[in-house]
Amino acid sequence: MATRIPGISELSTTDLPVLKPFLPRSSPQLHTSAWLAGFSPWTGLLLFLPLMLWPFASHAAGNYTIIDAFGTLWHWIPFLLKSGFLFNVIISLFAMLIGTAAGIVLGLGQISKISVTRKISWFITQLFRNSPWLVLLFIVLLAFPFEITVFGVIIMIPDWMKAVIGLSLPIMANISEIVRGAIMSVPTAQWEAAESLAFSRQQILWRIILPQCFKRMIPPWMNWYAILTMATPLCSLLGVEEIITLSRQAMEAENNHPELLVPFYSFALGLFFIYCYPIARMTMYLERRYAVKI
Amino acid sequence: MTSKSTEVIVSIKDVHKSFGELEVLKGVSIDVRKGEVICIIGPSGSGKSTLIRCINALNDIQGGSINVCGIDVTDPKLQKLELRKRVGMVFQQYNLFPHKTALENIMMAPTLVLNEDKETVRKRAFALMQKVRLEGKENAYPGELSGGQQQRVAIARSLAMNPDVMLFDEVTAALDPETVKEVLVTIKDLAQEGMTCILVTHEMGFAREVADHIYFTDNGVIVEHGPPKTFFTKAKDPRTKEFLSQIL
Repeated sequence: MATRIPGISELSTTDLPVLKPFLPRSSPQLHTSAWLAGFSPWTGLLLFLPLMLWPFASHAAGNYTIIDAFGTLWHWIPFLLKSGFLFNVIISLFAMLIGTAAGIVLGLGQISKISVTRKISWFITQLFRNSPWLVLLFIVLLAFPFEITVFGVIIMIPDWMKAVIGLSLPIMANISEIVRGAIMSVPTAQWEAAESLAFSRQQILWRIILPQCFKRMIPPWMNWYAILTMATPLCSLLGVEEIITLSRQAMEAENNHPELLVPFYSFALGLFFIYCYPIARMTMYLERRYAVKI
Repeated sequence: MTSKSTEVIVSIKDVHKSFGELEVLKGVSIDVRKGEVICIIGPSGSGKSTLIRCINALNDIQGGSINVCGIDVTDPKLQKLELRKRVGMVFQQYNLFPHKTALENIMMAPTLVLNEDKETVRKRAFALMQKVRLEGKENAYPGELSGGQQQRVAIARSLAMNPDVMLFDEVTAALDPETVKEVLVTIKDLAQEGMTCILVTHEMGFAREVADHIYFTDNGVIVEHGPPKTFFTKAKDPRTKEFLSQIL
């Protein structure tokens, strides 16, 4: 009888937990950016292609022609950009700003030495990380008053501001995880070395640990910015004036010709691609660069 | 090796330490006098590293007492930072701060912890780099230095705090044989200058040459101890004999 050698005469198997080899490029955190960056830059142009082709298909439907559809979109483009997409960008920037600031605080809370702080931070993080964004948006929109009175002065809170708060909640939770994960990724030996040099916990964190993991936080942070930007059209469901809301209104103003649907939405899709694609490419580039050097 | 005072600077009495159910130290007592060099040897898992990590309160203990330079380490109101200003520690994996240059690594603690004047510290850091024979490497990052060089920077970094006691936790274990020597020479220099040193080491030749007193630990207790001359030639306990026969 031949000798049985696992791995040579037969497949080797084990029921032990096996540590898979480390693949420097497969960072599960950056799924969205990896996917987006995987497209060729020409995809942006391709997205505009339906703009040209669609009217041919619908030509027979009525006397509204390709030229008309184009002309209509052309006529609306400055408005869609200035009053629409610009607002998507503004909403995303504000939400990112608030989400990042709150997320850093929450992330540091998650590694606090005080057990209560740690547990509360963990709970808030998990709560908002695992909630549907749309539900959060609705809750904020309905729960927040549309005006607040401070010392007799009535301050209006516009809808877009509420959308900013609603979107910053999941961002906050995810940034919190990025911060916690980055801090945990620094070897405990660094803490010990610093402790034995009589550094205080505060000093260790701000002078030694965070400077080391700051770079590592940038790619996942940018990844979340791209995701956030692509999620801003959710606000249209709440009636916040942004590109999708305005596109719909524009089409209504143009008598709701079905021929307009594809050109208008393709235009919006193309805009988001043009805005987010460079961010995704940059994210992947930085990820690769920082993966080599700590 | 030079003048020895009788002043006990580190006093370890009947120390017990457990990690959960596992008792790692089962009543260890060691007295270290000022200027003495102590080597702790023994098989892996015998509690050597745990013991010296208890001295600067990186590990807490469950029983017994440790007194370092008059500071009671077991005091619940212990000022850990005050203790650690007096005790320097060097690790097996160097643990330099990778985002700082060699010089910055040395300067950080004195400027931020002791609030010393930056220029004074810089001068001292340059002198220390010279002392560990690394002049010219001041602006190199840890990643650009060899293991032996990094370890010497780590020693200089601890010395910059002007500690009363230095702890060395298997500092040559991660180095290749050629670079081991350069680190050992640095430690030997220190010992000859009268620095109190406590070393956990596997370098028997070095221990024999430099140590004033050798402790052999096994299974959480000190099996045998004595000055190197008698320790290496006239070991009495069978466990010590077996260990030495395997290593020498």
